[in-house]
Amino acid sequence: MNSIKELLKKREITLILLVIVLAVAVNMRAPGFVGGENINRIVNDTSILIMVAIGQFFVILTGGIDLSVGSIIAFSGMSASMINQYNPSMPVFYVLTIGIIVGLVLGAINGLLVAYGKVPPIIATLGTMSIYRGFTFVLSKGQWVTAHEMTESYMNLPKGNFLGMSNLIWSALLISALMIYFSRYTRSGREIYAIGGNKTAARFVGVSEKKVNMIIFSISGALCGIAGVMWTSRYAAAVNETAAGFELMTVAACVLGGVNIAGGAGAIPGVIVGALFLGIINNALPVVNFSPFYQMLIQGVIVLSAMFINTMMDKRKERQLLNRRSL
Amino acid sequence: MKKLLTVLLALTLVGTMFAGGQQEDKGDQPLKIVLLVKSLGNGFFEAVADGGVEAAAELGNVESIYMGPSSATAEGQIDIIETLIAQRVDGIAISANDRDALIPVTKKAMAAGIQVISFDSGIAAGGRTIDLIPSVSELIGRQQVQLIAELTDYKGQVAVLSATSQATNQNAWIEWMYEEIKDPKYKDMELVEVVYGDDAADKSYREAVGLMQKYPNLSGIISPTTVGVLAASKAIEDENMKGKVQITGLGLPSEMQHYVENGTCGQMALWNPVDLGYTSTMILEALITEKVAGNEGDMIKVGRMGDVKVGTDGVTVMGTPFVFNKENIATYAAMF
Repeated sequence: MNSIKELLKKREITLILLVIVLAVAVNMRAPGFVGGENINRIVNDTSILIMVAIGQFFVILTGGIDLSVGSIIAFSGMSASMINQYNPSMPVFYVLTIGIIVGLVLGAINGLLVAYGKVPPIIATLGTMSIYRGFTFVLSKGQWVTAHEMTESYMNLPKGNFLGMSNLIWSALLISALMIYFSRYTRSGREIYAIGGNKTAARFVGVSEKKVNMIIFSISGALCGIAGVMWTSRYAAAVNETAAGFELMTVAACVLGGVNIAGGAGAIPGVIVGALFLGIINNALPVVNFSPFYQMLIQGVIVLSAMFINTMMDKRKERQLLNRRSL
Repeated sequence: MKKLLTVLLALTLVGTMFAGGQQEDKGDQPLKIVLLVKSLGNGFFEAVADGGVEAAAELGNVESIYMGPSSATAEGQIDIIETLIAQRVDGIAISANDRDALIPVTKKAMAAGIQVISFDSGIAAGGRTIDLIPSVSELIGRQQVQLIAELTDYKGQVAVLSATSQATNQNAWIEWMYEEIKDPKYKDMELVEVVYGDDAADKSYREAVGLMQKYPNLSGIISPTTVGVLAASKAIEDENMKGKVQITGLGLPSEMQHYVENGTCGQMALWNPVDLGYTSTMILEALITEKVAGNEGDMIKVGRMGDVKVGTDGVTVMGTPFVFNKENIATYAAMF
């Protein structure tokens, strides 16, 4: 219990406050933004980002980066949609499972490149980002899969309503809980932190860097697999450009959430709040009546300021600690 | 593969040379008009071919021939044009894989007395007499407003969901939408805002939801982009606004079939490949039979499409985009 409190004391609290400030500010310009129904809508809209950002979190934790997430989402989403198109009788659960496996395999290829090919993660995933996107075009022959070719049950997959929340939100919750447990209480989870904190020290105590790289990229890929199925079923469209540029969104969610871009520090609750922060901006921009020409600018300024405030608070805390020590 | 293709082409060439010799004696053969497309096996161009056949049937004196390379390359099209010159066809309408690369061979064809025009994807001036383009900004923009007005009974607030804010074509169409809505018949309508979905499904969806939140009385959305119109239709369904908020735009029938058939999107438009093939064939027939010379300002009669006027540099506009609705969407969805 104590450790949870300690963790929350760090960046998450500041970020949660920032989220509230942002939401209230938007509400002033667009009344009704902070309403029960709309909050549900925003969380639903951000669920995909949360899932993929958690995968990205593990990679960044080791000091790496996964630039191929958008392309894995596109490919697994296209595969799942095409399977649904050509085998409409196949239960959706199987389609989802295949989507996850496709993502897992693509992620594992990234892992192989990094672990055994000794390619730096940024280069390996920069390459596979194009390759997987290219695969998507080859697979689909440039065609889209749209509502007419999808089954009702596939399109209903992210919807549902259990205790007021959609299947999409539930899957994000379930994955978050699972991954928090994995990162905190399992040996492999701790090994990821160890590699990120100090590679040499971790190696000396017998942590296999190869194994860790395989694990993190496979997790990231599998989560992208789920995201791809959810993305295409939610928008009832599998297009070749699905999730282009999404990788930067996931990195932003991690960094906002207090994950050290150089690796070693950060936690999933922070990533979730970071993703929600971006989700609020995404959903606020269309309703706040700013000229579309300013929207990108505003988005960038808000994200940067949030990050700035966040690190300032961290620094202050460090100084306080140092002062106490010198007394 | 390529070798095989060349051999086949050479064989047809030899074959047609003999055939050509026989034909000349007869004299009263139908005009051979070729629709040369970017590549074979593409639904869009199959529909172009259907249009050519339709025009040929209407004209009576025309044989419509559909050709194209197996992959979309300029080289493949050059080979075919060389063959067509040898076959002495009467006219070729080309959807070009390269704006400039085909010019030498099409010049050669024109020197041999073959009429050459381009459509859909043009050849630069000098390499053809007429370049048929599907539509122009003014016609597209004005029609979009007419379509949404018909759906909303000429009442209420409408908004535009565009692609990116820098898309030149989109912006030109939107300018004309503002122009069209000034007409008194739209006095009860207001174009409230233009938003940009960047041709991404997620952003377009969010922007559409945002529009419905911002304007509770919104009666319609115009989305002149394929991703936008698709995402906005989905957003309208998810927000349970079907029937309250109308949607129209420019979309591919195969992609929009679901929403057009279930009534979310009452009608939408796009240039129609059947009309392109039809018009190209009609124009070529008029040029071959010397009904017109194809100079700037010439009017050409194009059957059911009405008259088209040859513009500067031979650029000729076909007309307003074709409207797809519940009744005809299934037919066209099978084509493109």
